[in-house]
Parts: sequence; structure tokens; C-alpha cells
Amino acid sequence: MGGRRWGTLESVGERLTTMRRTPHEHAEHYELISGWGGQPVRARQVRTSDLERATRGAVLSRGLGRSYGDSSLPPSNHPVVVNTTLADRLLAFDPDTGLLHAEAGLTLRELFEVFLAQGWFSPVSPGTWNVTLGGMVAADVHGKNHHVAGCIGEHVTRLTLRVADGRVLECSREEEPELFRATLGGMGLTGHILEVELQLERIPSPWIIAEQLRLRAIDELIVGLERSAHDWPFTVAWVDCLARGAQLGRGVLIRGRWAEPEEAPAGVPTPYRRPSVPWTMPDGLMRGPLMRLFNAGFYAMHRSSPRARIVHPQAFFYPLDAIAHWPRLYGRRGVTQYQCVLPRAARPGAARRVLETLSERGGASFLCVAKDCGAEGTGFLSFPMPGVSLALDLPIRDDTPALVAALNERVIEEGGRIYLAKDAFTRREHFTKMEQRLKDWRSVRDRWDPTHSIRSAQSERLLGNAQ
Amino acid sequence: MRVVLLGATQGMGRALARRLAARGETIALLGRSRRDLERSARDLELRGARSPVATAECDLEQPEGFERALDSIEDQIGVFDTVVVSAALFASQAELEEDPELTRRLLDLDFTATVLFCEAARRRLLERGGGGTLCVFGSVAGDRGRKPVVLYGAAKAGLAAYLEGLDHRYHARGLRVVCVKPGFVRTAMTAELKPPPFAGEPDAVAARVLRAIDRSTPVIYAPAPWRAIMAVIRLLPRAVMRRVDF
Repeated sequence: MGGRRWGTLESVGERLTTMRRTPHEHAEHYELISGWGGQPVRARQVRTSDLERATRGAVLSRGLGRSYGDSSLPPSNHPVVVNTTLADRLLAFDPDTGLLHAEAGLTLRELFEVFLAQGWFSPVSPGTWNVTLGGMVAADVHGKNHHVAGCIGEHVTRLTLRVADGRVLECSREEEPELFRATLGGMGLTGHILEVELQLERIPSPWIIAEQLRLRAIDELIVGLERSAHDWPFTVAWVDCLARGAQLGRGVLIRGRWAEPEEAPAGVPTPYRRPSVPWTMPDGLMRGPLMRLFNAGFYAMHRSSPRARIVHPQAFFYPLDAIAHWPRLYGRRGVTQYQCVLPRAARPGAARRVLETLSERGGASFLCVAKDCGAEGTGFLSFPMPGVSLALDLPIRDDTPALVAALNERVIEEGGRIYLAKDAFTRREHFTKMEQRLKDWRSVRDRWDPTHSIRSAQSERLLGNAQ
Repeated sequence: MRVVLLGATQGMGRALARRLAARGETIALLGRSRRDLERSARDLELRGARSPVATAECDLEQPEGFERALDSIEDQIGVFDTVVVSAALFASQAELEEDPELTRRLLDLDFTATVLFCEAARRRLLERGGGGTLCVFGSVAGDRGRKPVVLYGAAKAGLAAYLEGLDHRYHARGLRVVCVKPGFVRTAMTAELKPPPFAGEPDAVAARVLRAIDRSTPVIYAPAPWRAIMAVIRLLPRAVMRRVDF
């Protein structure tokens, strides 16, 4: 996003196509870049297929910018960031074991296109395929199958990093294991991720069998998620946060699994095109009665008894990609997502209390997703913990920071924590309170980068300027 | 198809090579860096190119190495029927005006060396295969002398004239020449430049170029709107061109 800027015809002519750069410096081009939710800043992106060269002395690397907040934005006093998306080569793949080695800018979409037909796929898929391998590792992303597969980090076997002192080195569970653990979910702050080795999952067919059923309240949904987790690898619930009273948190439970060969249609699912929001919409569109109506309609569309059907994996895994540039619907100020995980050990009704805090505060979330989470991951700062995760889309308004603070206080009380890849507004003291593992992570970061030369706008906000 | 690509480890060449790989073609890569060639070769093999993808080191700045590089490719994949040249050097007019050495280097590379490579490729296509396709990346900058691309445009204009002549001279003997004229495309080279209207993505350009190769289209603009843009620019009177900055 971040506002496309029309250049003059002069720049058209002057900057015509080239294949090899001169050693001379071009005039530096600053552009507006933002996280997925909007709120752009002025920065320069260094784009090259040679990450090893570009990351030398660089302050931060960024992939496709799908984190919602400021995780992929450079610190304000050094607005230059390495963009990894041109470093997207497959380097090795073993068709017997499924072990893949690739450059960090390779996207999940490319993995889908190249490997699905061969019977292999990423063992973990977040809600969009417009993410790079490096970004997936940095955020230690999870998917609908977290309760069985864990985060992506559980399937990463080796990383090639450029660390702050300039060295390029490899880390894994055996080699520099502390650095490896700090990098999974470390938001790119322990080193620039250059290459990733990932264990792909063998799939019986490239199609999904899914069922959907509606449930009347948030507590029922959470029980439904927990029960479905025994039999279904993929589970997720859409929650209606705009319904009032007893209906607060009614929703639709979605569960799925890979189809067995005899159930699957012939042929391979090919990627299809999807509609796009062409411009930033007027502010205030995603608000009030219209959204309430949409949610009620979506709820009414579903039955209370499940019926299994074959689903295209693109539609099943990547609902966030169903409409390209959808944050534009939220107007110029954009959207933020508040995602937290509430431990199973919390008192019953924790999820309901979070939703109540939201509605008490007058917060409206058009889209809310609940997920069942399994065991904590290998990464020091990996987001999930056994329990339930709630993700709320919040249009950005003047009171959003206060709303996020109120939600954070509620989450701290319940013993939960937030997902850094979504966060744009959390205050430092709240983050410190909810993240007991921060000390361990910090000690690793301090060892590898004592001056904190690798940092982001988010790390300055959450860890302090002195870091 | 048995395709030799010079400059396909990056940018539009890389995108084109991947499209060829997805069709299962036989691919050979020429480039400067052994490490880069190897990595790109593995990438293309995993994307469906016939394995192994051949590689040979070849630097446009060293024309004496062209025959050796092409020999090496023939040893690896046998007679080839298509050659694609997307390697080139770009520098802004301001940089070039300040630096005569850079100017010499750019003119040498983008005209003389590229033509010498094309000649080597042309000879082999005609002698060994009885024809074939020679696809070369020129530029819209070659379509008219313009303020911001006086030197770069001159080299590309010369290249375009050479390619047209080649087409006239050898078409009857089976040589098919494709001159690609890209407008602004978002690659590593243009990464720090402000994208103008109609800026293209490498993969979209690659799709057009591959179609042009399949159909032996002599001149192809990519992205498509540049054909119309350049048609207008070619018609502008000199008095106008002296005043405007494009």
C-alpha cells in the first residue's frame, strides 16, 4: 500500500530498463512504505537479488510487508531497509525427504505453485500466501493446524544468517542453537535471514476436505475448536463480534484436512485470480450497521450441522487473499489487528472477557478469528501457547491506542500475550509484563548484537530506544 | 526448445528463464559469476527445466571469451535453437556525462560487445541448426534521441538497427530475430528509482517476451502501453523535444 506515486515522464526516460548496475550511486529514491495495515513512513528500500551483499551493515530486512504494524519498518533515525523479495531462488530440494533449501525472499505462493502438484507443501500456512520464507521465520508464523503442527519454526532445520558483526553463518538445533531459537519469532532482530532450510510436508492430494458449522456463542465455539482438534488438522473459527448480548461471539467453525487421493478431484488446483480493492476507500466504510448486516448474513448462510465438501486449497488457506488490498476498505487511516493468545490454564471465559472489554470500550471489530493453539514453539519469542488465540481487525481511530492498552491489560490479567507480527500500538510496559521470556531472548540478542545495530521501528517502540 | 540465455540470473532474464523452465525446456545459462550461475541453475531445475541446466561463465566485457562459452554450452546440451540476451549496463545521463570512462564502457558493452555476442550466436544458429531464434533486449530508449538517455539510447538505437538488419538479411535462411523493447520494469536495477506510470513486473514482461519468441514477433514492447507511448514520442516535433525533459 503506501500510496503509489506517479513519477514524471522525465523519470520515465531517465530510469529506463537496465540489467546491470553501475558502481555509481543513483539518486536515492525514498518511498512510502507501511505494514499491511497502513500508516506509511518514508523510507528507502534496497532491492537486490544479492542479499549477502545488501545486508552488510544493514539495519533491517523486510519481505512482503504483510506484518500489520511496524515490524518491517526501519527505525526513524535510519530509514533504509533491505527488501528481500528479489532473492527468491530455490536452491535444493530432495524429493525423497521433502527437505527444501531456498533464499529468504521466496514466497509461500511460489511454494504453492511449484510443490503442491508434486505432493509436497509447507507444513504451516498463515492466512496469506504473500509472505516470504524469511518473514515466516522471523514471525514464526502459525496456521490453522497449530494444534498439531506447531509454528513454522518447528519445521525449519537450518538458517543462514548475516549477524550484526558482519559474519554470515549457519544456525540450527545443533549449531548455535541459542541463536537459532532467538531467530525463530525474533522479528528479524538477531540477524538478516539469508537462506532457509525447511522440511516440507507430504500431502495425500492437493485438495482440501472441509466442513463448516455455526455455533451460537464464543464459549461454544471454543469448545468446538478444542473438540475438533482431535480429529481435524485444520481448525479455525470466524467470530461475530458485532452481535449483541447473548449472541456476542456467535460464529462459524471451519475445519479441514487434506483429501485422500480417492476423494480428491482429478487434476491439480491452479491459482486463480481474485478481485482487488483498487483505491483507498472513504473513511468510515467499515463501520456500524453495514458490517453488522454482513456478519448476520454470513452467520445465516451456514447451517448448524456440518457437511463435508472439497475445497480449493487457495480458498481454504488464504482467505485473507480473497480480496487483494483489502485494508484499503478501511480508509486512509488503515486497520490494525489485535491478536492475543489466552492460556488454557486461564479461568474459563477468558475469550468472552476479551470480547466484552472490546465492546465495553466501544471497539468494533468486523472480522474476528479464533484458533486453537498447541504447544509453545522452539523460538524464544514464538507467539502461541496452549490455549486459544483471538485475532480482531480494528479500524484505526483516535482511540485505538487506548483500546489496545485496555485489551492488553485484560490479556495480561488472563496470563496471555500478543502476536508481534500484528502489533502496532502496544506500549513497552505492557509488552514487558506479558513476555516473561524476553530476558532469555535479550541475552542472546545482546551477545550477537551488543550495540543493537539491527533494529526496527517496532523494536524501538517495544524494547526502548536504548534497546 | 534448447535455449541459451545471457544475463538470466537476474531481472527480466530470470523471469523468462523460469517460464521456460515451467515448460520443461532445455536451458543453458551464461553469466559472470559462477556462484550465481549455479544457484540459478538449481532454481530452474527445481522449477521444471530439463536437468541439468547447463552453465558457462561469460562476461559481455570480454568478447574473446564468447566462442569458448558457447563451445562449452554445446558440449553440455548439444545444438541450441534459441539465444536470449538480456544482459546490459545502465547508467543515467548525468553519471555518463561526468565520466567518459563509464561512457566508453557502456557504449562498448551495450552496443559493440552485445553485437559481437549476437554475431557469434547467429553464426552458430545458422550453421549448426539451420536457423533459430535470436531474442535481444533493447530498450524504448533507442526509439528516439531524448534528453535523459542520449548515450544509453544511442547504444540501444544502434542495437535495434543491427537487429532489424539481421532480420532482413537472414530471415530467408531461417533466422528469427526478436527485439524486446522494455519500458520501466521493476527489477534490481530500477529498485531505487521512482516507478513511473505503466511500470511493469518482470514476470509480466517475461510472459510477453515468451509469446513473442513463440510467434517470432520481430519487435515487442513490454509492458504493452509503451508501444503507444513511444509512437507518440516519435511523432513529436524537434521543437517540442528540445523543450520537454523526456
